[in-house]
Amino acid sequence: MTSTLNKIMLSVALLFVSATASAQETNAPIEMATGLYQSGKIYVVVIVMSLIFVGIAGYLIMLDRKISKLEKESK
Amino acid sequence: MVSENKVNISSNSSSPLGRLGGAWWKIIAVIFVLYTIVAGFLIPVPAQPILHETIRNLYFHVPMWFSMMTILFVSLWHSIKYLGKSSIDSDISAAQAANVGMLVGALGLATGSVWAKYTWGAWWVADTKLNGAAITMLIYLAYFVLRGSIDEEQKRARISAVYNIFAYVLLIVFLMILPRMSDSLHPGNGGNPGFNNYDLDKNMRMVFYPAVIGWILLTVWIFTLRVRIEKLKRKKLFND
Repeated sequence: MTSTLNKIMLSVALLFVSATASAQETNAPIEMATGLYQSGKIYVVVIVMSLIFVGIAGYLIMLDRKISKLEKESK
Repeated sequence: MVSENKVNISSNSSSPLGRLGGAWWKIIAVIFVLYTIVAGFLIPVPAQPILHETIRNLYFHVPMWFSMMTILFVSLWHSIKYLGKSSIDSDISAAQAANVGMLVGALGLATGSVWAKYTWGAWWVADTKLNGAAITMLIYLAYFVLRGSIDEEQKRARISAVYNIFAYVLLIVFLMILPRMSDSLHPGNGGNPGFNNYDLDKNMRMVFYPAVIGWILLTVWIFTLRVRIEKLKRKKLFND
């Protein structure tokens, strides 16, 4: 009698533990780069990326002008 | 016709943007891509399990494929035009468009591979979408091998134009149809029509769409530069 009661108690306890565990799993915050945003250092990345792209765009513009000049000359 | 117009516009230096090749869309391309670099990093994104901040890759990885499909369609268009009029200018455009398509395609594969490593856990997964993309690249590489193997100009243009039409049909099969018919890790497949399982929210759309437009325009810009260089080279060859 006591052993069955114990078993029931144990299973209820385990059920509770597993329920809280799964609840924790679903509620756990998804890790994002909040630190990077809070410290403001993400802006450094944005500036670096922008610089690289502005450089590439400038290079394309230069190429474009160069080709336009050649086209004019070969006319 | 289209390519001729482009050259005419670009050599018209009397317009205010004349020295730039005379096209406002080049400025749009630069502004849009610059905007996506800034907004893509700073605008908040939905927190998703597994993806975390990598969801921002959507702004940079996916436009590569949109650009590839667009520029390869341009290539197909010029190939069909060549078969109609046998103008070697169309052949130049078709080949240069395919060339730029390979550039953005390679960038798409490389960026996708890095993204896969940090979300799926491997650089490459035997997946219909990934393998389809790789096969498409190989099909187009064969286009250049084919071109390189024929010396006579008109013959090369004609045969490669026919091959190019086959190549685009296969691209649609491998990138659009087959991945939708089987389960895939890659979003937008296995019967799913789009990016909805990314929870592409309003914020993300505001960055994603300009990113696609900006990168497509940038790809077209590089394509026009290549075409103009090839035409100059050909002209010089005849003058010398």
